[in-house]
Amino acid sequence: MTSAPDAPEQGFRLSQLIYDTRYRSLTIQAIVFILVMGGAAWLVDNVIQNLNDLGKDFNFSFLGQRAGYDIGNAIIPYNNDMSHGRALLVGLINTLWVSFLGCVAATIIGVVVGVLRLSKNWLVARLMTVYVEVFRNIPVLLWILVAIALLTDVAPSPNAYKVNQQTGEAQASMLLDSVAFTNRYTAIPSVHFDRSLGSLDTALAPISLNFLALVIVLIASIWVNKRMLTHAAKVQEATGVRPTMWWKSALILVAPVVILAFALGINPEEPQIKGFNFTGGTNVSNSFVALWLGLSLYTAAFIAEIVRAGILAISKGQTEAAFALGLRANRTMSLVILPQALRVIIPPLISQYLNLTKNSSLAIAVGYLELRGTLGGITLNQTGRELEAITLMMLIYLAISLSISGVMNVYNNRVKLKER
Amino acid sequence: MSDTQAHSVAYVRDTMLPQQPAPAGQSGAVQWLRENLFSGWLNTLLTLLGVAVIYTLVMHFLPWFLHGVWDANSIKECRTIITDRYGEGATGACWGVIRERWHQFIFGFYPPELYWRPILTFLLLFVAVGPLLFTWVPRVLAWFTPVYPFLAVWLLWGGSGWTPIMIFAGFVLGAAILLVLSPRLGSIMAFSIGALVAILYFLFVVGPLIDGLQAILPWGLESVDSAKFGGFLLAITLGVGGIMMSLPLGIVLALGRQSDMPLVKAFSVVFIEFIRGVPLITLLFVASLLLNYFLPPGTNFDIILRVMILVTFFAAAYIAEVIRGGLAALPRGQYEAADALGLDYWKAQRLIILPQALKISIPGIVSTFIGMFKDTTLVVFVGLFDPLKGIPDFIRADFNWKGIYWEPFIFVGAIFFILNFAMSRYSMALERRLQRDNH
Repeated sequence: MTSAPDAPEQGFRLSQLIYDTRYRSLTIQAIVFILVMGGAAWLVDNVIQNLNDLGKDFNFSFLGQRAGYDIGNAIIPYNNDMSHGRALLVGLINTLWVSFLGCVAATIIGVVVGVLRLSKNWLVARLMTVYVEVFRNIPVLLWILVAIALLTDVAPSPNAYKVNQQTGEAQASMLLDSVAFTNRYTAIPSVHFDRSLGSLDTALAPISLNFLALVIVLIASIWVNKRMLTHAAKVQEATGVRPTMWWKSALILVAPVVILAFALGINPEEPQIKGFNFTGGTNVSNSFVALWLGLSLYTAAFIAEIVRAGILAISKGQTEAAFALGLRANRTMSLVILPQALRVIIPPLISQYLNLTKNSSLAIAVGYLELRGTLGGITLNQTGRELEAITLMMLIYLAISLSISGVMNVYNNRVKLKER
Repeated sequence: MSDTQAHSVAYVRDTMLPQQPAPAGQSGAVQWLRENLFSGWLNTLLTLLGVAVIYTLVMHFLPWFLHGVWDANSIKECRTIITDRYGEGATGACWGVIRERWHQFIFGFYPPELYWRPILTFLLLFVAVGPLLFTWVPRVLAWFTPVYPFLAVWLLWGGSGWTPIMIFAGFVLGAAILLVLSPRLGSIMAFSIGALVAILYFLFVVGPLIDGLQAILPWGLESVDSAKFGGFLLAITLGVGGIMMSLPLGIVLALGRQSDMPLVKAFSVVFIEFIRGVPLITLLFVASLLLNYFLPPGTNFDIILRVMILVTFFAAAYIAEVIRGGLAALPRGQYEAADALGLDYWKAQRLIILPQALKISIPGIVSTFIGMFKDTTLVVFVGLFDPLKGIPDFIRADFNWKGIYWEPFIFVGAIFFILNFAMSRYSMALERRLQRDNH
């Protein structure tokens, strides 16, 4: 009687942990895990010991204490009796605000410069090249410092805008009669409503109902317009003839907002020099203007390069093919060139937005109080809680960055070439 | 058919017409102007705008530059000279500050009699990176590249001559163990043992060894305190040091992020995304305020080293992303070919994947370096003397130079521009060269 020999006993040897590819990755991961966790434990242990030695603890209750310092540029209501937490919020909103305005300005300048750099005009193309190279190769800190030096050193004092009674002239004149750069602030016009609907009090800040109404109407008309376009596409598919849409779109997008604005009596309020200062419009502090200018001009140079690369990346054959299919120039642009160019442009563009947001922490150079200035600056110095303040600040920046890159990933997935 | 056609032609010219010159309006400068500057109303408008911009800039700044004064010892003296020479109300640049303080912009407070050391370090840098960056540099020089970091640290900071040698010896020891043991034990075991021996050497042996050798045979350079570093010396030290030290870490992180092991991948991703998600300024504050919390009580070391550590982490995260791009750009076939040859992971990386991926990544590394170099100016916010704000602020604190803004900005900005522009041109040239290689 023969029976099949038993399979050789597969004893587990310790050396298999290293030499057997089935177990090796587990071993390596276990070792890495132990090392990383050991390192983390060592750091935490050190922190605890150091905190003990200093007689400190780790808690965030300081956020509830009275801040006691003023913030010049608070967008939401704030005074020095409010808490450090409120100051943090003011700082965060200032960071987001300057970043947002910086991104808008940088995009506009960047797109214009990028397109002009490709222009056939020899002189303009060279000028734009000089702009891009000069701004890209010099640290952004220099541009912020130059902007603040220009504003504080070169700009006239508000007094200079005063009309001299004898000569009937002022030493300095306002830009387009509505913007005045002075060595203390920049006076710009503000929006004024003759008839106010009142304001809505929220915990964060009072919201003007006028603005709210305008925004709601605008969103509603965009939505209606979208529905109309969908309907038009349906009609086109059914009958082959697309109803004329452009004037309907224009009407629905513009008319309701204009009518509402007119009904509310909207008008710009120009800054006027009264006594030694400007009143009427809004006085924006120089630190904000300098930071905003420096960041936008610097980032615009990078955006210009991205836009140029995006346009150059679309081969000429695409345009020619679209023309050969009988598409007109504007349809070629909107249906063929732009969708492809945007796929190239948007991801690096968003990472530039990210950089601009992170660079806004350079506000420290000009004394604009944003997140780093409030939480990471005055609050930190007053409460002496470096560990909590810096950890919290890093986490907030991280949250901002991750949400921006999250948006980028969603977009990337939407425009990704569908491979079959 | 064509025959009859040919016959029907009455006259065919059989000589060429003499060439005529192009019409006057369509050749030479006129034509160039018309095509490039005035081809339509929009172009004409743009040209006129451009000319207006250039004219305004020149009219504003040219007199200021032309009235520049070099031989003045204070801003007041400058103004007197300019008023004497060009009349009341004339403005002019006061380059005297650059003539008097150029050494502080370049070297900070480094002792003047030792300037040869940073200069030599800077020149040797080109010898060290030459074999990596330029094809025409002889490959033999590549042995100098790993030696350079130790030499550079010793030249800059000075101290006992045994320190760099013995620290280098530690790395050689580890590498030797790796080479000797890897045929017998496999690369992982050999690497672990080599690293362990090297770490033990650094922890326990190297300090007494250096002291002993120094007692027997003392030699070395005069040591220079970190507090004396400033200006471009500081910026270049931090930039180059950060990039050099971050390269190995960046490669490890990039490989970790590409790894199949979920845990290793997760750690790498968390590290990279965390560092890339926060501004460098917050990391510098960690260096200046928090590092003392994270280290054993009583540890205190100098601020440049602390900043360098955080700058290295920062650079490593960006370098890792650049190298990941290089790894992703390699065709799948290269990985499969390495597997087909039966190479294990490390051999495949070392012999096939990394040489190609790193070559593709060099332009990205150069531009990361440009960004790093520009960002080193932020160290002013933790109290170091960077060339852009720290040193000029220090100079302006002197009563003689109170209120001097534009001259330091222009001088420092110009140096940054020249260095960065040269590097970016180099990286573009490299990109073109690599592109040709790949096709």
